[in-house]
Formats: sequence, C-alpha cells, structure tokens
Amino acid sequence: MSAVLPAGQATRGDQASRLGLWFFAGTSFLLVTMAILAPLLAPHDPNGGDVLQVLQPSSAEHWLGTDASGRDLFSRLLYGSRTALLGPLVVVLVATTAGTALGILAAWRRDWVDSLVGRLFDLVFSFPSMLLALLFVAVMSPGLITAALAVSIAFIPAIGRLVRASALREVNEPYVQALLTQGFGSFYICSRHVLPNLWPVILAQVTTSFGYAMVELAGISFLGLGVQEPTADWGKLIQTGQGSIVRGYPQESLYAGTALVIAVVCFISLGDILATRKNGGHR
Amino acid sequence: MAVIDPSVVRPLPRHAIAVVLDVIGRVGQMAATLLVASFLTFLFLQAAPGDPVQIMLGGRANDPDAVRRLNEQFGFEDPVLVQYWNWLTGFVHGDLGTSFLFREDVSSLVGSRLPTTALLVVFGSILVVVFGFALGLIAARSGRVVDTSVSVFLSIALATPSYVIAIVLITVFSLYLNWFPVFGSGDGFLDRLHHLTLPAITLALSSSAAMARVTRASIKEEEHRDHVTTAIARGLDRRTVLRRHVVRNSLLPITTVAGILVAALVAGTVIVEQAFGLDGLGSLLVLAITRKDYAVVQSVSILVIAAFLVANALVDLLYGIIDPRTRIGDNR
Repeated sequence: MSAVLPAGQATRGDQASRLGLWFFAGTSFLLVTMAILAPLLAPHDPNGGDVLQVLQPSSAEHWLGTDASGRDLFSRLLYGSRTALLGPLVVVLVATTAGTALGILAAWRRDWVDSLVGRLFDLVFSFPSMLLALLFVAVMSPGLITAALAVSIAFIPAIGRLVRASALREVNEPYVQALLTQGFGSFYICSRHVLPNLWPVILAQVTTSFGYAMVELAGISFLGLGVQEPTADWGKLIQTGQGSIVRGYPQESLYAGTALVIAVVCFISLGDILATRKNGGHR
Repeated sequence: MAVIDPSVVRPLPRHAIAVVLDVIGRVGQMAATLLVASFLTFLFLQAAPGDPVQIMLGGRANDPDAVRRLNEQFGFEDPVLVQYWNWLTGFVHGDLGTSFLFREDVSSLVGSRLPTTALLVVFGSILVVVFGFALGLIAARSGRVVDTSVSVFLSIALATPSYVIAIVLITVFSLYLNWFPVFGSGDGFLDRLHHLTLPAITLALSSSAAMARVTRASIKEEEHRDHVTTAIARGLDRRTVLRRHVVRNSLLPITTVAGILVAALVAGTVIVEQAFGLDGLGSLLVLAITRKDYAVVQSVSILVIAAFLVANALVDLLYGIIDPRTRIGDNR
C-alpha cells in the first residue's frame, strides 16, 4: 500500500511546509498525550455499560452519547487511541529494525546476500499486505500483538528497499573507504557511520509507515481479527458501531472513523513533509 | 482508458522471438513465485494450533473410529511434503480440497462466490480508471481554486480507509437517503449492480485519488515540455495538443499506477465485502480464518495471490503497447 503513493508536491513553499510541519507535529503530540492521559481524561469507565442508557445521543453526562451496550463513547474513543497508537508503534519498531538491518546488510555485501534479501522482499511483496496479515492471524490467535507483528512483516520490504537504496549511495562515499583502510570493522562502520547518515530518510519513512500501519491494524480489528472485545479500539468501534447504523445510530462508527482519519492524515502528512524537506536540504 | 490511437499498436515487434521469450520468462517467474508462496502458506497453516480432525468432529471428537476414518480420508497423518504434494496436484487439476465448515468442495464454494468478487473488482477498476483519470485531468487543466480544492479532496480520500468510507456511505445513502440497500449482493444483473454500487465506490475511492494525483502530476509535467510548446506554436488547437501530445505521452506513469492500484483492489475486497455483507471470496476468507477452515484459507489465499500477480504482469505487457521504447529488442 505504501509503495503506491506519490510523494507530496515538491512545489510547496518552504514557509508553508514549515507551518504544516508544526501543525501536524502539534496534532500528533496532542494525540499521543491524549492516549497517555486517557485514564485521567475519561469521564467514565470505558468498559462499564449501563443497560438503561443504550444508544443515547450527546448529553452533558455522555458528551458523545453511548453505544449499544450503554458504554460512554467519549471514554471509549479516548481509550481507543491507546491501542490505535500502540499497534503502529510495535509495527514501526519491528519493521524499521528488521528493514534497516536487512537494507544496510544488502547494500554492504552486494553479493549473494543482496540478491537473497531482494528475493525475500519480492516474495513478501507478492502477498497483498492485508492477506499476509490475515494468514498470520489465522495461525496465531487474533489479538493486537499478533496483528501488529503480521503488519510488521508486510512493512519490512518497503523500509528495507528504501534503506538499501540510500545505503548504496552512502557506502560508496570516500569516508567509508577511509575507515576501511584504517582497519575498522564492517559492523562498526555500518552502525556508527553509515546508519547515522541514513536517519533522516528512515525517520520520514517511519512517520509515514506509522500512519499506514494504523490503517491496516484498524482494518484487521474491523474484520474482528485484531483487538478483541471489550477493549476499546478505533477499528473495533467502527465494526461494533456498524450494527447500530441500521438502527439509526451511526455515531459510534462515525466518531471512531473520524478520529482514525484525523490521526492517519496527521502522520502521513508529517512523513511527507519530512521526506520533502530532507530532499530539499540535501540538494 | 484514454484514447490509444490504433496506429500506435504495431502488429508485430521487430524481435518477435525476444518478446515470446520474455512472456515465457514472466510466466515462469510468476509460477515460481506462486509455488513458493503456496508452499510457505501451506507450511504456515500446518503450524496452526488445533487439530483439523477435532475441529471437523466437533462434539464427537472422542470417537476413535471417526478420527481414524477422517485421518485416512484427508491424509492428515502423512508427512507434510506428501500432504503438500497432494494439495498441489489437486489444485492444478482444479480440486481445491474440501471445506470442513460448509461440507462442500472448495472449488464449488469458490465458484459460487467468485462472481460477486469479480463483478466488484471490475466495477471498482472502471471507477478507478475513469474517475481517477478525469479528476486528475480536471485538476491539471483548471485554475488554482479548482486545482487546490481537488487536491485537498484527494488527500482526504487517500488517507481514508475503506471501512470508514463504507460506514459514511451506508449512513448517508442507505440510512438517510435510502437510495441503496445496506447489505447483500442482490439477484439478477441490474439488481446486483445496484447492490454493488456503494461497495464498488468504497473499494475504488482511495485508489481513484491516488490515480488522480499521478494523472495530474504527469500531465502537468508533460504540459511544459518543449514538444508541447512547439505544437501550440504551430497553431494546433488546444484539444488536439492535449489529446495527441500531452495525454498520450503522460500515459506511461499513469498506466503503471493504474495497474498497481487495480491489483490492490483484489485484496481490498476482503474489507469491503465484510463491511457490506457481500457473499464474495473475501468474506469467505475471513469466515474461514475465524472458523479455522484451513483448506479454504489455503486455496483462496493462493487464488488471491495469483490474481494479484496476473494483474501486475498485465501492466508490464501494457507498457510495450503504450510506449514502444520499452519494447524488448527494439532499442538494442
């Protein structure tokens, strides 16, 4: 999925990009703070239902109304941001670590290791990422961590290829040759000299991947194969809320969907801006 | 898609043998990928917890006679490689195994559900190509205001996952306006189309946005090329310049992306079918996964991967038609 999208228009002014950077970074920060402080901010127990308060509209008591089990939607939305952010965090950590290691290894060796890694990436790419995740969940039991690991595997090739391409440029620089001549080991050179130079590229990719991982994970939850009841999760809220739509109460799905889209737009745009700035700075 | 002048499609490339070899190579590579993918999937599903015999028998799991009979019938106690070989030979001959859940051949199960998914993908692909191209063209050719508003709309559409689009469309068009049914696939062709309209829009929306972005970018780029300026200077009217010079030259990147996007639609059906309660392959896969019906999971996954690979390969072949420079053998 992430391979499909073209980068943001490069014609944007520097000023606008700085403004966008601050705006999206601020909103992301706000989201993270909300997730961390959810227990303090939530007015109700996210899992405590009241059968007499089923499908209530917004009120002073329940700001966003209640769901089909009488649970406070605002609290569930707040708590949902925790799983919504935790899952992508796992994905990004696992996929970036593995992808970066494989990418640098492939660029450094340039021999059969490179082609083997390339073949592996191709193989993973031949599985649509959603299908790969579903197969993984089929074998393990459904849950947040299983789903996150599954999505990580699907994300490794995209990061790996990007890192390999950037690292290839880096390992041909004279400084690497100089370090080799001085007798430094490959691992030392890669981790202490090549890797730090790749950070800007990796950081931009990580931010964008975070947004896409959020979409994939919420999708798995939506299919009922990710986060399980009664834990609040945006994808899960969209799914459970679907039952209420036909009864005339689309609020649960719509609120969770809106929250998800805002978060995703934020992270993807932030990644785009970081990527454009990085390119602009270098040349 | 857009107009391709028939004179561009030459009957035979200069090195026909090279092309035939290339096609054979591609098919071979695809077959190899499928083989590896199917073997990995098979191994992976073998490692799944839960004994298939126990799942099949359900309450009668303690009957040793029934257990032995099922083991013999399905060969669960054979070595993994033998089981894989049996599955593979069956698959090649059109025998996709037996579903525990439906007590039915997977092939007939797939056959009954394929039309919904196929229609959905075709419908969605048409929407992606037509709307994506049209929107991109409009954005590229309009003034700043239209361009910016289209771009903002595209960014939002691009970042909105299909399940969110589904609930918004259901709420607006099914609940409030009552134009379309909420669930089901319908009977008869027109009724089916009616039932599949919202799902197809859902499936196509973010891909159309990606398509529109690429169309806009590549048309904008082409517009400022020297040959376009020359054409305008020669006094050709704008329409001709647009059609013959700008659009045709920007088709290559557009086709690439269109192909990737259409291929991605195949996998996207899983969520869309689930969201709209359609009885297609995607919802069958999800049901099979939750109920641990691994024979169905195995065969449907391989079919989805095959469709994905074929769609990607078709794009590569399209290149040669659209841009003669990429034809094999022509530029050697």
